[in-house]
Amino acid sequence: MVDAQVVEKKHKSPWTIILKRLSGNKMGVIGTILILCLVLVAIFAPILEPHSYKEQHIENMNAPPSVNHLLGTDDLGRDMLSRIIRGARISFVVGVLSVAISVLIGVVIGSIAGFYGGVIDTVLTTIADLTWSMPAILIALLLVAIIGAGLESVIIAIGLSYWAQYARLIRGQILSLKSATYIEATRALGASNYVILFKHLIPNSLSPVIVAATIGIGNAIVLEATLGFLGMGAQPPTPSWGAMMSNGTAYLFISPWVIIFPGLAMMITVLGFNLFGDALIDIMDVKNKESI
Amino acid sequence: MWTYVVRRTLLLIPIFFIISVVVFALIHMVPGDPIDSLLGPGSTAADRVELTAAYGLDKSLPVQYVVWLKKFLTGDMGQSIIEKQPVLDMLVYNAPFTVRLGLASLFISFFVGIFLGIISSAAKNTFIDYISMIIALLGVTVPAFWLGLILMLIFSVTLGWFPVSGSGSLSALVLPAVTVGLGGAGLIARITRVSMLEMFNKDFVLLLYAKGLSKPAIIFRHIFRNALMPIITIFGLRLGWILGGAVTIEIVFSRPGVGSMLLSALYRRDYPVVQASLIALTMAVIIGAFIADIMYAYADPRVRDAYK
Repeated sequence: MVDAQVVEKKHKSPWTIILKRLSGNKMGVIGTILILCLVLVAIFAPILEPHSYKEQHIENMNAPPSVNHLLGTDDLGRDMLSRIIRGARISFVVGVLSVAISVLIGVVIGSIAGFYGGVIDTVLTTIADLTWSMPAILIALLLVAIIGAGLESVIIAIGLSYWAQYARLIRGQILSLKSATYIEATRALGASNYVILFKHLIPNSLSPVIVAATIGIGNAIVLEATLGFLGMGAQPPTPSWGAMMSNGTAYLFISPWVIIFPGLAMMITVLGFNLFGDALIDIMDVKNKESI
Repeated sequence: MWTYVVRRTLLLIPIFFIISVVVFALIHMVPGDPIDSLLGPGSTAADRVELTAAYGLDKSLPVQYVVWLKKFLTGDMGQSIIEKQPVLDMLVYNAPFTVRLGLASLFISFFVGIFLGIISSAAKNTFIDYISMIIALLGVTVPAFWLGLILMLIFSVTLGWFPVSGSGSLSALVLPAVTVGLGGAGLIARITRVSMLEMFNKDFVLLLYAKGLSKPAIIFRHIFRNALMPIITIFGLRLGWILGGAVTIEIVFSRPGVGSMLLSALYRRDYPVVQASLIALTMAVIIGAFIADIMYAYADPRVRDAYK
């Protein structure tokens, strides 16, 4: 009977364990539901929209919320609810793609620094620390000014602004794993640096990066909106929440719903990513919690 | 302790050089030309050449950098190409507004963040914990400019408690400082909660309970003091967030300041101004981290003694 239990335990994949622990974490469940809602809305946006997101009705501009337009209309008479639904797609894409860029750069730089040590490490760590302490908005702003406004350059700029955090995380993980017995064993078996780094060290260092990336998606979505407000974001016809909010700034006192509702949509979405990420910290038992 | 302070201070010098080179290079990669906004209609190609030479923009980048650095080190930050006044004067005028906003936001984020962090760690996994963590998160889930505009809509326009914009009175500082402060409060609250919770499981805390100390005494006199270390470290490193928030909030509330100075200069490619304000903001972040490091060394006897 004891043996049977052991066998049963062995068959649990890490995913099963994480799912089980997640279901016991109330905040995590709320976060998961919020993220799932965002994904579903983003996928089924064309079906869910009650009106066209780009059709203009000048005669009905800045109309307050009503039965026909649940969240009102904007300065060109476009239905706010439909635009917010369509905007979910853009926010999701901006968040995921820019974080993917940051993680890629961070993992490469961080693992090189941690693995090779010495002067390379000192130089890369200094650069990462300096970048990390800078306000992301300043870096992103300068980069957008260099590569030009628009959705693609915003994604690239955000990606290049947030990499340092992942580099620091992965470096710390690799430093602590480098001297682990199983790595020495692999080396003794004749594995090359390449195999040790890519097949063993990096895969085993990823859990804090995954957690940080989850929260990072939220930060990226917020940064996109801030860039939009400063006139450096997605350009007007694009229904991004950030562009809608910055457009609404001009009508704050006339039609506040134009700025309020995209902000609330963003608040709920980013809250979802933060709650889910916080739950992951507990579930995956991540070390160095402060740096996330 | 003093050796440590001196060593850390000397480290600021190479950091300054790295930052100035990077900022200089990045700014010159921005497309567009300040001369465009200076040339009036009907100006000739010769005018352009003359103006470009007058501002030294015809020389190669490294030469421009050396010229700029030499002047900078003697306190001459150059002339604003657009505003036609010394950059130093602009900085001296604008910096106090940003410092005031920064300090007020810092105070609010520490106060709110530590308060929320302590109550949620003391009431772990209860309704109070969830509510205070969600409040703490709200500041990071929306862009600062949105929060600022909504606060303005509620407290200035509807209730009329604070002025909509301006910088003259103390009451004009309240809404901008609360907006920026709430962004930092979330971070502080989370770190406070995590590091307090870690302390709760330590043996010495168990001993304090065994001694019969009350829970508030343990929390405030023992756990909180020990949990303060990570708060100081992380906060020093993340001071940039506060300043980053201040940049956009100055625009929202139409306050003068280094942030609004930087942005208006960036739109018009006013290189000397962008350069000086970026370096000022960056050095402020670095010096903030430096002060946090010194505070950390002072507060932690282990670090303090290591450099005796």
